[in-house]
Amino acid sequence: MNDKVSVTNERRLTIARAMAEAIAQEMRVDERVFVMGEDIGTLGGVFGNTRGLVEEFGKLRVRDTPISETGFIGAAVGAASDGMRPVVELMFVDFFGVCMDAIYNLMAKNTYFSGGSVKVPLVLMTSTGGGYSDAGQHSQCLYGTFAHLPGMKVVSPSNAYDAKGMMTAAIRDENPVIFMYHKGLQGMGWLGTEPGATVNVPEESYEVPFGKAAVVREGTDVTIVGLAMGVHNALKAADLLAKKGVSAEVVDLRTLVPLDRDTVFNSVKKTGRLIVVDEDYHSFGVSGEIIASVCERDVSVLKAAPRRVAYPDVPIPFSRPMEQFCLPNPDKIVAAFDSIAGA
Amino acid sequence: MQPNREQRLWMYEHMLVSRYFEETIEKIYLEGKTPAFNMANGPIPGEMHLSNGQEPCAVGVCAHLNAGDIVTSTHRPHHVAIAKGVDLDRMAAEIFGKKTGLSGGRGGHMHIFDPAVNFSCSGIIAQGMAPAVGAALSRKMSNREGVAVAFLGEGAANQGAFHESLNLAAVWELPVVFVIEDNSWGISVPKADATAVPRNDVRAAAYGMPGVYVTDNDPFAIFDAAGEAIARARAGGGPTLIEIETWRLAGHFMGDAEGYRPKGEKDALFAKDPIPRMRERLIAAGDLTAGDDAALAAKARARVDTAIAFARESDYPAAEEALERVFA
Repeated sequence: MNDKVSVTNERRLTIARAMAEAIAQEMRVDERVFVMGEDIGTLGGVFGNTRGLVEEFGKLRVRDTPISETGFIGAAVGAASDGMRPVVELMFVDFFGVCMDAIYNLMAKNTYFSGGSVKVPLVLMTSTGGGYSDAGQHSQCLYGTFAHLPGMKVVSPSNAYDAKGMMTAAIRDENPVIFMYHKGLQGMGWLGTEPGATVNVPEESYEVPFGKAAVVREGTDVTIVGLAMGVHNALKAADLLAKKGVSAEVVDLRTLVPLDRDTVFNSVKKTGRLIVVDEDYHSFGVSGEIIASVCERDVSVLKAAPRRVAYPDVPIPFSRPMEQFCLPNPDKIVAAFDSIAGA
Repeated sequence: MQPNREQRLWMYEHMLVSRYFEETIEKIYLEGKTPAFNMANGPIPGEMHLSNGQEPCAVGVCAHLNAGDIVTSTHRPHHVAIAKGVDLDRMAAEIFGKKTGLSGGRGGHMHIFDPAVNFSCSGIIAQGMAPAVGAALSRKMSNREGVAVAFLGEGAANQGAFHESLNLAAVWELPVVFVIEDNSWGISVPKADATAVPRNDVRAAAYGMPGVYVTDNDPFAIFDAAGEAIARARAGGGPTLIEIETWRLAGHFMGDAEGYRPKGEKDALFAKDPIPRMRERLIAAGDLTAGDDAALAAKARARVDTAIAFARESDYPAAEEALERVFA
């Protein structure tokens, strides 16, 4: 966690609570901010990220919607264009199939198609990730799908400190932001949670700026790049590598759009080796983009061929052994390093 | 609710501007596209969907709106944009792809945005509806005046977005009016082959809102229905669905040979062209003399000519401006 503001307490929050706190703090100071989505009111969000909001702000500003993603995301575009700052939830990113026109033809294009005269300050928060046997309509990451399409910022925090600061930055941004939160990092007991995502979070409001990756562990022999759950897998792999005498540097991308290519490049320039961890599909995605951005700039910084540890190009299976076989994990990252260690 | 004389003349004048605009665009569109028709050529490339015949829908509704009210329109937007008061010079320039266009040439004729009068449109069927619902929500939540009107074609009533938007508007009792321009053709498919009910206004019942069907492309009947719906929305009475029988005198787009039209249909439609009908009606009512009419027509032509000249004389954007304005 770089860019940490002064931490005046040792309060630890889950990502879910950090997101809800950021939204609440912005709602207190900006009456244009409101929340809508499925089950975000009384239930507090299926993944806990709107808990407490309806109690404080009431049902007019914290709106449970019908199961009509095209309707309410399209409505959010209209409200944002008319001066509001909606924070909208698409419960699972996998559901984008029923509402993508509102997202990529309206939300992402209206600013460009208006020559900049229309702004769409909208936050679309959506859950990603698997690992708990929910199969391929409720477990995808789809980072590349959204980051590929111009006109929207795409962010995904790996820990609660970043989650709060990135949510605050997202709500204050004049542009649409896809805020992707990984279910396995969310701190919901019933989902199984990565403990490393629950960290100290300041009570005061702060922003984590977009387009700045974080070097979350310094090293000299290999750069491991990831985001969200990938960062935790990378950190665990770095521990395993350290036992073998290998010094791994871990880069948390934090945001895909804008993408901090400089931090990645400078790290690889130092280490000479690159492994990208990506829970999204292997082909045509984040891992290929990261590798290309290093190679295009100066391929000679690489001492060995880059490697990726990504989800194979198959729909996500239900059965535990099959899903776990497909997911990135620390051992796969170590194996990827071993394959290029001799270079 | 009937329009007064001033409103009647306003409606007629905007019908004239709209028709002259479309007729002028039609001529210019063909420049550079003969003898071989290639959509990519000429001063106005790309698809072109003309609104000839559908002018009553635009003026009958927009006569009740002011600049602060919100309108979302369709891929066939010119008549509505003109009635809503969109800057005609900059709209024409946008259609020509010029730097002075409303979005500097990035949008073209299906993506016209003029926030000064709260007008926008989308090239995707039914997808202007939810944004209108959201704009109405915005006004209601922030206690600002204004209603939203979403225009759509009758084919759009079979899109999911139609049903989601109607339900959302009704369950939240929002100040929004949905206006279906029923020109009876979804490109080449007749309404009867695509829609399970003869009239879409009955679908309003499914969402607990009033539904009205207006026959005969009649500007005054449209004015009446829209006036009641918009007044109800302004008073907090929630949404309304209006379907209007109208006529597409042109093809779906320029270059459409319209082989799917039954024999004689076009002749029958031209025989009841709403522009001469409106003229005769106003003259018969004593609203207009032949001399007034000639003056109004000249004024409308001059307005269009000015806009077209502005568009023609404007520069193209520098090519690399394509890379700007992705983000605010």
